[in-house]
Amino acid sequence: MGDWSMTSPLGVSMENSEISSISRVTLSSSRQNHDSLYSSSLPLSKSSHNVLSAFCIEENVPQCILYINQELSSLGLASMCIATPVEATLNSVPALNAMYELLQAQRRSQRSLEALEQDLLRTSSTLEHLQTGNYRLKDQLELLKREKSGLHEKERQLQLKIETLQSCLKSEKEEIQKLQNIIAGRASQYSHDAKRKERECVKLKERLGQLLIDKRDKKLAIDVLNYLGRSDGKRIQWKTGKAGTSHEGDMYKSLLNDYEARQQSLMVENSELKKVLQQMKRDMMYILSPHKPCAKASPGDDSPERGFPPAGLEGQDEVGECSRENLDQSCEKAREQLTYSIRLQWRRLKNHMEKLDSQVSLAQTQQQSGSEEAVPREVHEEEMQRMRLEVQQGKDFIHTQQQLLQKQLNSSFDDETAALLNDCYTLEEKERLKEEWRLFEEQKGNFERERKNFTEAAIRLGHEKKTFEEDRAAWLKNQFLNLTPFVDRKKYSLSDSQSALSIRSEPELQQSYTPAKLTKSSTYNEFSTTYSSISDGLPSTTELYRTLHLIQPETRHSKRGSWQEPSSPIRAENLFGKSKCSVRCRDPCILSLDKDGDSPI
Amino acid sequence: MNFSEIFKQSNQLCRISPDGRYLATCVQYRLVVRDVNSLQILHLYTCLDQIVHMEWSSDSLFILCAMYKRGLVQVWSLEQPDWHCKIDEGSIGLVSSRWSPDGRHILNTTEFHLRVTVWSLCTKAVSYIKYPKACQKGIDFSRDGSYMALAERRDCKDYVSVFVCEDWHLLRHFETETQDLAGLEWSPNGCVLAVWDSCLEYKVLLYSLDGRLLSSFSAYEWSLGIKSLAWSPSSQFLAIGSFDEKVRILNHITWKKITEFEHPATIYPALAGLGLMCVSTDEISQPPFQIPVVKPDLDRANPKVGVSSLAFSADGRYLATKNDNMASVVWVWNMQKMSLEAVLEQTAAVRCFQWDPRRPRLALCTGTPRLYLWSPAGSVSVQVPSEGGFQVHALSWHSNGDSLVLIGKEHLCLCYMDTEDKSTDSNIWTK
Repeated sequence: MGDWSMTSPLGVSMENSEISSISRVTLSSSRQNHDSLYSSSLPLSKSSHNVLSAFCIEENVPQCILYINQELSSLGLASMCIATPVEATLNSVPALNAMYELLQAQRRSQRSLEALEQDLLRTSSTLEHLQTGNYRLKDQLELLKREKSGLHEKERQLQLKIETLQSCLKSEKEEIQKLQNIIAGRASQYSHDAKRKERECVKLKERLGQLLIDKRDKKLAIDVLNYLGRSDGKRIQWKTGKAGTSHEGDMYKSLLNDYEARQQSLMVENSELKKVLQQMKRDMMYILSPHKPCAKASPGDDSPERGFPPAGLEGQDEVGECSRENLDQSCEKAREQLTYSIRLQWRRLKNHMEKLDSQVSLAQTQQQSGSEEAVPREVHEEEMQRMRLEVQQGKDFIHTQQQLLQKQLNSSFDDETAALLNDCYTLEEKERLKEEWRLFEEQKGNFERERKNFTEAAIRLGHEKKTFEEDRAAWLKNQFLNLTPFVDRKKYSLSDSQSALSIRSEPELQQSYTPAKLTKSSTYNEFSTTYSSISDGLPSTTELYRTLHLIQPETRHSKRGSWQEPSSPIRAENLFGKSKCSVRCRDPCILSLDKDGDSPI
Repeated sequence: MNFSEIFKQSNQLCRISPDGRYLATCVQYRLVVRDVNSLQILHLYTCLDQIVHMEWSSDSLFILCAMYKRGLVQVWSLEQPDWHCKIDEGSIGLVSSRWSPDGRHILNTTEFHLRVTVWSLCTKAVSYIKYPKACQKGIDFSRDGSYMALAERRDCKDYVSVFVCEDWHLLRHFETETQDLAGLEWSPNGCVLAVWDSCLEYKVLLYSLDGRLLSSFSAYEWSLGIKSLAWSPSSQFLAIGSFDEKVRILNHITWKKITEFEHPATIYPALAGLGLMCVSTDEISQPPFQIPVVKPDLDRANPKVGVSSLAFSADGRYLATKNDNMASVVWVWNMQKMSLEAVLEQTAAVRCFQWDPRRPRLALCTGTPRLYLWSPAGSVSVQVPSEGGFQVHALSWHSNGDSLVLIGKEHLCLCYMDTEDKSTDSNIWTK
């Protein structure tokens, strides 16, 4: 690969140079064609100095023009003849146009040529690339082929090896088989030999014994001073068949004794076990029977133990009794019953234990303290039951509550719930009313204060009115006394001022308090009406209220038709806003009145 | 604990009479009979050659002295010191001699196990029993002395013959299902005969007195098998020690394995019972602890591995075992809990151990001048007081369990136990 990659750039460069030369050749050939056909401007301009080789000279201008005209028309540019056929003079405009078009065409062709050249370059480079790729692939192919052949060779060798190994294995196996056979043969041979040797040995021993016996070995002797009596004091007996049978009898007797002893011990053990069993049974019954009513009492308890009817218990007791009785009489009969009852009881015990286990686990989950263990089981169970009931009740309660809530949300109130809600609402209302009452009390105090102010103001007004009346009287008297030629005017002005006074002075005084009142509580009109009735006694307040539109405006109408009644409280407010400034300048007004009164005078 | 003065003996031949009144010792040609309590010499007999074997008769009236090289057996009477009896096996040779249980017959096994000669001291009668098998334990008498089982080999098959000892009547003769019978042993109640195969095959066969095969037991195959076997005193259990360093306990009803005791090199607390302790020379340690193990050469015949000695205590509560590749350790197992009770580790290899015939008390010796005693209450090691350094090679209890014969290489001494063990124990500890 290294070699290949090294060589490839060289090849590429070679190729490149070749291709470029080729393209140049083709390009030049096409140029020449073009030149011959179109007699391009480049050689024309260059060869303008060259008279001989020039296309157009002074003499052949018309021909040239004609030729060009023809050429142009044949190229499809013409019909606008650059020259009039008759005069054969160069018409400059179409000629220029034609030239322009020609130039354009030439440029276009140039451009396309360039593009084509580029394309050609690109294609040549791709070609080159492909060629190199091709070379590479070829190399690879070669390599792979070589590899393949190598692998084939290897495979063949391996196959050969396998074959040889298999043959080896076979031979080994055969060898093993052979060896095993040899071993087995040797073993049998050995055992046979051993037996033979042993037999020989025995034979030799026999022969030796025979020889020794035959030889009458003098040495072989016992030398006893006097024979001893038997250790048991009995006399020696002759060997007879009777003796043999007695030995048999003795043997069997001893065996029997042994078996009897064993049976005795087993019986003792058995009775012990029976005792234990009975005690266990009694204990079990004691354990299980007090539990029984407990289990029955509990409604939530569904242990399998409940499956045993009380009759079964009785029956079991009977069985137990039976077995107890029978045990002494016939073990054979009792055995089945015994095992049956034991199994039954054992099952019950197991169930009970399981139940207890579950209860214990339950208790543990309920996180009950360890002191509980001191509490007896019955109490514990009762407690459990009670708690379970409580839990159930709580759950029921929650459930009903949920249901009710749901219902309430979905539909209209029930009577009860409505009452309940009403209660709630009245309570709320009460609270609100109390608050309002407090507010009212406050307002009442305010009103009281205002009334006091009003009365004071009224009193003051009364005093002022009085003084004004006195003034007027004095003024009238004065007027009356010194009559002037400006009587009319004076009269008018007087009436005017009077009316103005009557209108202005009274409401102005009252209005001075209204804005505060209005801003304070504009919504309590109805209350103020009732209030107004209380404060009706004062003469000035009626006028005050009149200005506030709190009393019937009839009096005003009757008094002055010119007073425009405000249609809406807003208007009134505006009016009040206007009148405010006038209130402020009440005294100056009066003064101005005086002035007015004075100034004409 | 008191020690007697030291006496000479040869061939470690010192026996206390079965009734416990006499002590017989052999010194070369002489047989010395002493009173156990006073140690006064009561009788002195002279034999024809150096005594190789000596045995009391069951009634403690006669002593058998065998001189195998000369094929001679001499019998001495205690009651009649001038009474004598000499049995000559002649040119056929003698390899073993023993009393019959009645004390009136002598059974001699000739060389090459050609035959067993039964000599009667009552009559002059001689009986021959042919084809005795040369094996580990080919003859066994039942505990009550009424039957004798003898292993035989005929036509390359193993047989067992059961004789009535009273008149040597052949009671039963049956073939056993063994490849190569290695031994047989009566149960203490004399009703079951355990027969085991050679170490090449793990096989125990249990025969009834009448020759019925009760059961057979095999723990494993293709490995070295049984090395030792012991009945519990109540005949309830049969303990089988094997080359795999385990003891298997069979019961007497189903003859199935109840449990097996392993002899691990490391003892963990979990393995042992509550009161387990390791008693090594003078200290008691709690588990876990390591036990020195000698790696046996397994390529050689009879490798030093496996349980070679088993002994039940007299009350059957304890079982003492010794594993050959842990030669310095004696294991005591509790047969009620079926668990390890104690591990007695010594500095040297244990030579011999024996249970007190009356109490659960184990005495053991290691070839050092010390005597070791173990009981459930504790353990004691006692230095044997002597100038020359008395090395205890073997020991045997007096039948009442109050004294102990300590046997050295050429000497012996008696060790008297105190009834108030506690006080002496404390004394010994302070020694």
